[in-house]
Amino acid sequence: MAILDLNTLNALKESAGADFVDELMDAFIKDSIQQMEKLRGALETGDADTFRRAAHTIKSNALTFGAEDLAVLARELEMLGRDKNLEAGNRLEVLKEAFELLQSELLSLK
Amino acid sequence: MNPISKPASPEPARLLVVDDNTINRMVLSRSLEQDGHIVETAENGREGLEKFRTGSFDLMLLDIEMPVMNGFEVLEACLNDFDLRQIPIIMTSAMEEIDAVVKCVELGAEDYLTKPVNPILLRARVGASLEKKRLRDEQRKLFRTFTTREVAEELLRDGFSLGGQMVTATVLISDIRSFTTITESQAPSDSIELLNQYFSMMFDAITQNGGIVNQIVGDGVLAVFGAPIYYDDHRERAVKAGLQMLEQLKVFNQNQLAQGKTPIQIGIGITSGEMVAGYTGTQNRAIYTCIGDTVNLADRIQEYTKEALRPLLIDENTRRGLAPEYKLEDLGRIVFKGKNQAVNVFAVIGG
Repeated sequence: MAILDLNTLNALKESAGADFVDELMDAFIKDSIQQMEKLRGALETGDADTFRRAAHTIKSNALTFGAEDLAVLARELEMLGRDKNLEAGNRLEVLKEAFELLQSELLSLK
Repeated sequence: MNPISKPASPEPARLLVVDDNTINRMVLSRSLEQDGHIVETAENGREGLEKFRTGSFDLMLLDIEMPVMNGFEVLEACLNDFDLRQIPIIMTSAMEEIDAVVKCVELGAEDYLTKPVNPILLRARVGASLEKKRLRDEQRKLFRTFTTREVAEELLRDGFSLGGQMVTATVLISDIRSFTTITESQAPSDSIELLNQYFSMMFDAITQNGGIVNQIVGDGVLAVFGAPIYYDDHRERAVKAGLQMLEQLKVFNQNQLAQGKTPIQIGIGITSGEMVAGYTGTQNRAIYTCIGDTVNLADRIQEYTKEALRPLLIDENTRRGLAPEYKLEDLGRIVFKGKNQAVNVFAVIGG
């Protein structure tokens, strides 16, 4: 388990081009912030479906970059949403921390 | 040209990527565009389906988990649409959705890819699907020259092999009366034009009723109903086609007269029963044809329209397949040349 699996990221750069991956990182960071807002909003309104979807999107994107830690945390949230059990505890904060770690790691690699 | 150059890059195609996830859309589009394809995207199932209906795409990459309309619903809508059904759909999904993917492939999705999508697998699957589509399109074009698109689809699905089999079906043979006299009295180009107009009318009547035109010999047409695709009502379909041919001929003759040209008369013979039907020829050039007593009898009955002075004649077997509302005239039992047994012949007066 790692914040970022460099093999995945390098393979992505190799196939899609480094410039494109820079662009993709920006889109990912912007999108993740939106999805985390959705998670918070869905938690407040008890909207399990929106919660599940937002978590699913974060997980899916994390896997694209090889962000394993973030993917595991997002997957746990996705499962909660799927089971209509939004007892998330402090998991949203944990997810946010993992995301911020990843964000600085990604930006350092640009 | 270098005979051992690297493999040719795939033919550019129009592809639709449907995914609610921005990052997935970007990554997929990028990969496909790098292979020279033209890519459009949609953010949910409904938008995807609308674009797919109007955009003349060659292939769709379809996410399963989506808001508004999910990939499963989009796939079902496409498979129920005659035109969209021809275009390959590759499902894209997360690893955990493998059950849903299996369901999609069973339903008729062409293939699937798990996300994050590996670009090499993506290229291979898209390339293979496009190639299969290209071959199917070619076959379809060929089949459609001879038959209805419904029959063509059946043939494409089930394939065909050379060789005959015994089938129960209905044969329709039509012929223009005194066509030789007509051709002698007008310019050859006029005769060809007349034939073309005539055939297009006759073919419409045949294919609209589910028949296949097997042979055109001179001005004669041989069509079969109920094979290679079996219909329970093959006899009624053939008679309907015959009546439709006569109706269309009336209109055609009115036009001919209006233009100072000769009207034409036709004779139609219809018989039902067992015959040997199948593809004959070679794998490169094959036609679907049928042979046997039933077919010979149809030709005899068709000839007999001249004597009977009725344009549409059927045999006893065909009559048995008709609903009571068909108006028939019993012409009695006729012994035809080369046949031992008399055959009961009926003229169809109306449907």
